[in-house]
Amino acid sequence: MFFIDPHVHMTSRTTDDYEAMRRAGVVAVIEPAFWMGQPRTQVGTFHDYYSHLIGFERFRASQFGIKHYCTIGLNSKEANNEALAEEVMELLPLFVCKEGVVGIGEIGYDDQTAAEDKYYRLQLELTREVNLPVQIHTPHRDKKKGTLRSMEVALEHGLDPAMVIVDHNNEETVQDVLERGFWAAFTIYPHTKMGNERMTEIVKHYGPERIFINSAADWGISDPLAVPKTAQLMLERGIPAETVRLVTYQNALAAFSQSGQMQESDWLTDRQIDQSLRYSGNSILRGGQTPKIEADPTIIR
Amino acid sequence: MPLEAYQTYLLTFLTARLPDAALAWLKNQLDSEASDKEFYLAFSVAPRFVGKASLNLSAEELEQARQLRPGFHPRHWTVDQAVRTLLLLRAPHQTPTDYTALLNRLFTAADLSELTTLYAALPLLPYPETHMKRAAEGVRTTMTQVFDAIALNNPYPHDYLPTEAWNQMILKAVFNVRPLHQIYGLDQRHNAALAQMLVDYAHERWAAGRTLSPEVWRLVSPHLTVNNIPDIQRLLLSSNTLENQAAALTLVESDLPMARELLSQHPEIKTTITEACTWQSIGEKAYAS
Repeated sequence: MFFIDPHVHMTSRTTDDYEAMRRAGVVAVIEPAFWMGQPRTQVGTFHDYYSHLIGFERFRASQFGIKHYCTIGLNSKEANNEALAEEVMELLPLFVCKEGVVGIGEIGYDDQTAAEDKYYRLQLELTREVNLPVQIHTPHRDKKKGTLRSMEVALEHGLDPAMVIVDHNNEETVQDVLERGFWAAFTIYPHTKMGNERMTEIVKHYGPERIFINSAADWGISDPLAVPKTAQLMLERGIPAETVRLVTYQNALAAFSQSGQMQESDWLTDRQIDQSLRYSGNSILRGGQTPKIEADPTIIR
Repeated sequence: MPLEAYQTYLLTFLTARLPDAALAWLKNQLDSEASDKEFYLAFSVAPRFVGKASLNLSAEELEQARQLRPGFHPRHWTVDQAVRTLLLLRAPHQTPTDYTALLNRLFTAADLSELTTLYAALPLLPYPETHMKRAAEGVRTTMTQVFDAIALNNPYPHDYLPTEAWNQMILKAVFNVRPLHQIYGLDQRHNAALAQMLVDYAHERWAAGRTLSPEVWRLVSPHLTVNNIPDIQRLLLSSNTLENQAAALTLVESDLPMARELLSQHPEIKTTITEACTWQSIGEKAYAS
């Protein structure tokens, strides 16, 4: 089976993770711009971070045969530093139309402050302007209210729910999200968000329509194999293979391919890894390792 | 005025290849007086209007490129790359300083294919001597595709890089197993310091039980000293045919009496070197896995 992990912070992950994901069948990942575990103090670090997402991280993933896409935005936590947020807003137009940027994200509410609200709205306006999907981070605390408010504000700004991915859902929010026509994404993340046994029950109850899952693996204790592991569990617990394919691959593709920057052919026609395209300094292939090259069997050299 | 000739050249083959709608978009960009912001946006979104197909230039078109600018060889160029290069040649500016500032803005927010395009376009851009630092910075990249754009099939490094930066580029190409024979002007810029660094690197690799590209000896050969004779002997005894050929070519090209002596001790070398054996042929075979 092929899988897409539509929310994973690969910048914080190791090459072992990339290799394991590849082995488990992950063909594409989407890396939302987020915060780094502590607040940034300069606009220049945002510039370099966005540049890293569309540059080096995309390249690094390709070395493991994984297609890397990203969403670009100002996350809710750092929206609270208003002076900095103003500067970041000026940067965004430079980055949102780059190759492989499949949406504006992850944006939304964290503490649900006035500043968060202001920059969430400004970015919804930008989303409409560039006609990209938007990826909404729903708050950990006061989640139900924050989720409802996120959707209300998106509708108020004239967004089509079909272009909005509401992320980090749980049993308490899913029905509201689906009823309003939004995409409902679930994060399989130990201890804080969804467990995959609960996820299996949700899919049994609601079916696969507009539901998909991700790992949101980052610098915390998290699991970059959450998507393939959950797929396996669903199959073991009797969920039909087609349903599993929808929630672990097809629906995420349908939602984010609306950007025009991501299509199945990206990985179907270009699956072989060529690690002989090496690079030094930060080389993933330290001198002397034998490159892992998967030659396309149809090519005779 | 070469800049105009480059534009005409690019526009001619684009006109022959682009569908009407894409061509209309491009002409609209070229005819309008764009503000800076409009220019940055057009540069970014170009592939969405013109696509990313390979240009597949004919032998005749490639020959025209060479006539226009020695070393200009857009063999691997894509449609969006040619379009973006055309936009770069038309970018709004008053002074060389303005132009550098505009390029810097593009470089610092560039995605992978934009970076590739920018570096491959350097030999065509106005005020070429002002882009030296940028080119040297490009060589420091960690991304193979970007390194290749500047180092391979690109006359800019040969024409403008100072010796130290040129040597670093060659070393890095060797270190990253990039095909040296695709570096423009390789044989014109060999130097003793580079030869010594490459010999040291060979010793390092051998000490670690590793191999290296037989192409390095192409750059050592013009500066062969008696100290290198054991290295060449080692190559002669190698089980790798390309290393045998590299050793043979090095000895044949050398005026050293010791090289002559080594040649006479190994009459089988004469059979190693045939008409078809050149540094180019060694390079072409060296990277086939």
